[in-house]
Amino acid sequence: MIMRKEVIRQMRACRIFFRSIRDAFKSVVRNFSLSFASIMCTTITLILVAVAIVAAANVQNATKLIEDELTIVTYLKKDVTEEQIENIKTELKSYKYIDEVEFKSKDEWKLEMSNYDDSFKTVLDYLDENPLKDSFVLKVNDVKKLSETSEYVKAVTGVDTVKYGEGMVEQVISVFDVVQKIVVVVVIALILVTGFLISNTIKLTIFSRRSEIEIMRLVGASNITIKLPFLFEGLIIGLIGSVIPICITIYGYVILYSRLHGKLFSNMIMLIKPYPFVFNVSLIVVAIGALVGMYGSIKAVRKYLKV
Amino acid sequence: MKFIELKNVNKTYKNGITAVADMTVSVAKGEFVFVIGLTASGKSTFIKMLYREEKPTSGTVFVGGLNVGKLRNRKVYKLRRKVGIVFQDFKLLPRLTVYENVAFALECIGMKGSEIRPKVLNALERVGLKEKVRSFPGELSGGEQQRVCIARAIVNEPKLLICDEPTGNLDPETSEEIMKVIENINKELGTTIIMATHDKDIVNRMKKRVLVINHGVLVGDYAKGSYKTNESM
Repeated sequence: MIMRKEVIRQMRACRIFFRSIRDAFKSVVRNFSLSFASIMCTTITLILVAVAIVAAANVQNATKLIEDELTIVTYLKKDVTEEQIENIKTELKSYKYIDEVEFKSKDEWKLEMSNYDDSFKTVLDYLDENPLKDSFVLKVNDVKKLSETSEYVKAVTGVDTVKYGEGMVEQVISVFDVVQKIVVVVVIALILVTGFLISNTIKLTIFSRRSEIEIMRLVGASNITIKLPFLFEGLIIGLIGSVIPICITIYGYVILYSRLHGKLFSNMIMLIKPYPFVFNVSLIVVAIGALVGMYGSIKAVRKYLKV
Repeated sequence: MKFIELKNVNKTYKNGITAVADMTVSVAKGEFVFVIGLTASGKSTFIKMLYREEKPTSGTVFVGGLNVGKLRNRKVYKLRRKVGIVFQDFKLLPRLTVYENVAFALECIGMKGSEIRPKVLNALERVGLKEKVRSFPGELSGGEQQRVCIARAIVNEPKLLICDEPTGNLDPETSEEIMKVIENINKELGTTIIMATHDKDIVNRMKKRVLVINHGVLVGDYAKGSYKTNESM
């Protein structure tokens, strides 16, 4: 008996669910001018959101690439012994901001330079002794600690000079950092604005249907039954509103990528490869559209459910 | 316990006006009760408290075993499913047909489509509108619209039918028809009826129990047939 009741309850819930979807479609079609207004609002803001997301992702990507390639080169004094080299290596390795330590002997440098340019080769071959110095190439795990790390390395005994892309690199990265933060703020602001706009336009549709809501309440519809059609209406508006932004994202980014040959200004700033990046962005855009649409309509209908 | 029980009920609105003061009254199952009183006498507030459009400020209101004053906003539907309500201004949805308007009440509570149809047709037959199922409210006369409203109120077979001046907008002949419909519902279905009205003719002729409310106070409770207009109004 209890089982039966449970089944009946679930079937009723299903019916209410599907009727809500049907009613939501009806409402979108019947109040087309208002729905259209909401859809356009969503479309415009979602385009901006998509652009902002693409920008943010690329800035982050570029920052990461630069960070990955960032190394400190430290040259050792001429007179260090094998033993000392080992000591220096362990000392460097133990430092918290250093990820990798790679030894590069003066002979390796000589070979590399000789291969790089013939004139170097002539000069280096002319000299009896290798004038270059043994060195360590260090990978740093946090760019912001670059100067701090180089100070530390300088103080290690046996170290002669420390070289890294002083100043410039840090500046670029701090600029990127700011850009990224701004973009995040912009995205959040846009999402809020979209929610507000959708909520307002749906409020208009609901205002014209408040007698319907009133009657639903009077004949004993539960609050969730009343809310569901509006929830789906918001969802539909959000989904339709995200179609154009998605097209723009996919086609726009693919075209942009091929026009710019995958880089911005110089080889330093590489763009993210279009696939599957554009699909991920599209997914995010759809999700934002759907959630914001539903949130907006629920917010609008809540007012009429208080007695 | 009686079907409707009010105990020491007070209702004061936010603007300080006391609409109902210390009202204690009960109504048994299957009774037909008129509630009369001048405009602003508090009878509308009394009626509204029965379906929790208003909450009592103090005192208790029980309808069909539910404590109306304690009913939370989310649970109001439980009460509304036991109660049918007929309004002076009909409150029909203009874009739905007669059939859809009545079926709407059952769809809202998630009833199966195959169950809805016979119930709706049955209710419309009871109010004598079976041939108008496909009409829209705008194409009907006032009396017919009110009958649709009654059909919608009784389609879910409520225990209580609340009528808030159902004949207020209708001419005497049409009112007569509406009253016949309501009386039949009371007799044939055993539905308890609470009806607020201004119409002295109806009250005099029908000889039912009468509650007289004046300035929010229950000033008279006349048993079936004992009320005469010239006594207090």
